[in-house]
Amino acid sequence: MNLSVNGSNQVVEAPGDTKLLWVIREHLRLTGTKFGCGLGLCGACTVHMNGEAVRSCQIELSDAEGTQITTIEGLGAKGHHPVQKAWAEIEVPQCGYCQSGQMMNAAAFLNSNSAPSEKEIIDAQQGNICRCITYNRIKTAIKRASEIMQGA
Amino acid sequence: MTKHIKKVSGLSRREVLVGSAAGAGLVIGYSVLPNAVDSASKAIAAGNWDHQQFLTMDADGKATVHVTKCEIGQHVGTALAQAVAEELEIDWNDVRVDYPESHAKWGLHITGGSWSVNWTFDRNSRIGASARIALIEAGSKMMKAMPANCYAKNSRVYTADGSKSVSYKEILSTNTIDRTFSEEEMKSIKLKSFGEYTIVGQSKQPLDLPSKLDGSAKYGIDVFVPNMVYAIPIQNPTRYGAIPKAVDESAAKKIDGYVGAYVNKEGFTRVNTGYVVAIGETYWAAEKAAKALKIDWDLGENKNISSDTIRDESIRLQQDPNAGFLWVLEGDTDKGMKNAQNKHTAVYETAIAYHGCLEPMNGVAYEKDGIMHIHSGHQSFTFAVGNTAAALGVEGDKVVCHQYYAGGGFGRRTEPDLHVLVAQTCKHVGRPVKLIFSREQDMMFDFHRSPTYQVIEGAEEFGRMTAMNHDVVAGWSTKRAAPGFMPDSVDKKGKVDQFSTNGSDHWYDIPNHKVRSINNELSDKALPVGFLRAVAPSWTFWAVESYLDEMAKKSGRDPLAFRLDHLTAAGKNAGTPPNSVGGAHRLRNALLVAAGRAGYGVKPLGKNEGMGMACVSSQERGSPTWTACVAEVKVDPNSGEVEVKKITVSMDVGTAVNPDGVRKQIEGSALYGISLALYENLTMKNGSIEQSNFDTWTPMRLNQVPEIETVLIQNGHYPAGTGEPATTVVAPAIANAIDNAVGARVRSLPITPEKIKSAMREA
Repeated sequence: MNLSVNGSNQVVEAPGDTKLLWVIREHLRLTGTKFGCGLGLCGACTVHMNGEAVRSCQIELSDAEGTQITTIEGLGAKGHHPVQKAWAEIEVPQCGYCQSGQMMNAAAFLNSNSAPSEKEIIDAQQGNICRCITYNRIKTAIKRASEIMQGA
Repeated sequence: MTKHIKKVSGLSRREVLVGSAAGAGLVIGYSVLPNAVDSASKAIAAGNWDHQQFLTMDADGKATVHVTKCEIGQHVGTALAQAVAEELEIDWNDVRVDYPESHAKWGLHITGGSWSVNWTFDRNSRIGASARIALIEAGSKMMKAMPANCYAKNSRVYTADGSKSVSYKEILSTNTIDRTFSEEEMKSIKLKSFGEYTIVGQSKQPLDLPSKLDGSAKYGIDVFVPNMVYAIPIQNPTRYGAIPKAVDESAAKKIDGYVGAYVNKEGFTRVNTGYVVAIGETYWAAEKAAKALKIDWDLGENKNISSDTIRDESIRLQQDPNAGFLWVLEGDTDKGMKNAQNKHTAVYETAIAYHGCLEPMNGVAYEKDGIMHIHSGHQSFTFAVGNTAAALGVEGDKVVCHQYYAGGGFGRRTEPDLHVLVAQTCKHVGRPVKLIFSREQDMMFDFHRSPTYQVIEGAEEFGRMTAMNHDVVAGWSTKRAAPGFMPDSVDKKGKVDQFSTNGSDHWYDIPNHKVRSINNELSDKALPVGFLRAVAPSWTFWAVESYLDEMAKKSGRDPLAFRLDHLTAAGKNAGTPPNSVGGAHRLRNALLVAAGRAGYGVKPLGKNEGMGMACVSSQERGSPTWTACVAEVKVDPNSGEVEVKKITVSMDVGTAVNPDGVRKQIEGSALYGISLALYENLTMKNGSIEQSNFDTWTPMRLNQVPEIETVLIQNGHYPAGTGEPATTVVAPAIANAIDNAVGARVRSLPITPEKIKSAMREA
């Protein structure tokens, strides 16, 4: 099966019903995308599919064929996406396990709404669980990323 | 041979060797093993350097601090390295950390108890200092100066007037260093004190941060080895006691990539009674197989146990005057209760709780040259190696654990179950195995926080408590996991699980104080409990701090004034250096700081709003971290919904090695405590945990997070642990705030809208 991941074309030999998460992790060895719950409830596996944030543990490989997939490894050149810069500045990660998913979710959201209100941030990000509970810093970092995107 | 042993035994156990081979850097380590040699350079030359090697420097002058702790989100490596670097006088940019594999030489390997910085700060400071001294000695020789007339700064050794200098790189690339520090010499090194630090006390960026921004950080789940299969344990129908009788593989065998099933009918004591593991060439095949395997289970002896059964047994035990052992016995509580003006008895409870690490338990195991290697982020190699070796029937040196970042720990990753399972599965299949718990398995096969039942009975007269009787009934985690660590009860009649009782030995002056710790063995059988962030203080302070508010009100006193009156640091509450120096004075100060910052009694509050406080000395009486919290809540009296608007947490950390790191730990642990207090609930039915994933077990999400203000109190005292204490202070502060807001006293965690409404009806 043919897949476009982080701008490069990949041929993956796996059953069509394999969940995209495991294709990304096992077959492509892009391990920044994490397994958390397997039911699309926690957001640790969030990647972009044609620019939209999706839960890769819920997407079958056959449905991903022909789409543009982006993982944390491909989010910004050398990790310099505004969201990553903001995450570094605010020092959001503790254990870090959920943060790829958090950043992928935030990046897609900011792409559609580059100057969000507090409420819009909360609505957009509450699907991503962080057990170190870095939520306050996540909120701050999303606001900061929004500023960076606007050239501040 | 005899001569050799005699020579070796002449070494002090705690001698420190600082040495190098010519131009090959520097190693600094404690001699701890019987095969230790008497010269660092000889050992390096012979290739048998076998010490607790906490620090190495390469010929470029770069330092690597070897951290025998697990990164579970607390950035512990950074803090430990800061202590070394401070005394080493090295440029912080020249400092790295790594995480050595398991070895007996490290002694007790544990990341927990908020102990890491507290236990190592002095040692790591001295390690850094010993290397600095050796570098100054070598550097001064190069400059033809007296060592006493030289000093080190920023990776260079200078002569006293600063006119000449050599870099660490120049020293290490041209010299052979061979220096032994006796235990006495190590002790006598004069360390810097508070106010002189240049690296300690700085909010250095966590060394693990960059890799956690671009997906490159490696967790246990990210390990791949050639020819590896995937394994998924199948959910047992009960938490403890189920045994697989027969497994039907016919459907699984039709799955492309199915490898087989590992069926274990014996289990492993204290971990499991038997299990079935589905194995596939890919995760996807293993997951399909896990669903396709048909298992006939013997449900075992706990098939009828429920949360209510456990609670009923706790009530029965608490009412039995002969149950349990004494943890505190001061004065005569019967006497103190008699004829007192005010008496009050209250029951406090907590539900079963789940660690909920976002990275489910997982690990990779393979055998190489007769050694079982296990790769997984883990908080205690001591437990992992010991139990795995026992399960495999081999010596401890035949199991080696390799450390990784862990996607959450919270005490869950002190348990050895994953290691045992993956090693046994590896043995069975004869290939490298990556074993991953499903979320459902992770939730059920946790070593949960025990459900608890506590009764406090007390008396007060003229604003002072005259007596407190406190019964703590819980499952005992230490008894299961490390019974040898249990101390005698104060009356020497038995052993007490201190990690199920800590915190009840609080710092309030109450002349007659008795704490009875009671083990609910029925609970232990059905629900093997573990160590969940902060452990006992998260239930003992729930009771004590709720009770203090209740008693204050009963005696017509303000809860703040009432607490302060009992925090006078008299007698045993004066504290002892270094950890608890200052005693209750410091707790009093932390409470005043939190109250002041929050505007307690000053800030205007709206209808159905209230502030409540609590102060704690988590974790242990011997290593308290003085922590206070004021919570500001708003309650909807119709729905019973509570909104935590803001929490203010003050913490006297003595010395903050990395202040922003401390703030992150306070923020995270306080919110973890609020999540436990308001949103998380587990229940047992038919011996099984009823909840299974993030839809039925609902930890705090981003829309529920309150504003949080943290106040660090630093006074130069010895560094205290900061990863857990705030977890314990928030629940009673919130319950007290709810009572102040709407007159509803909730005494059971989690606090739910139903419980608030019910308490409002009773009021």
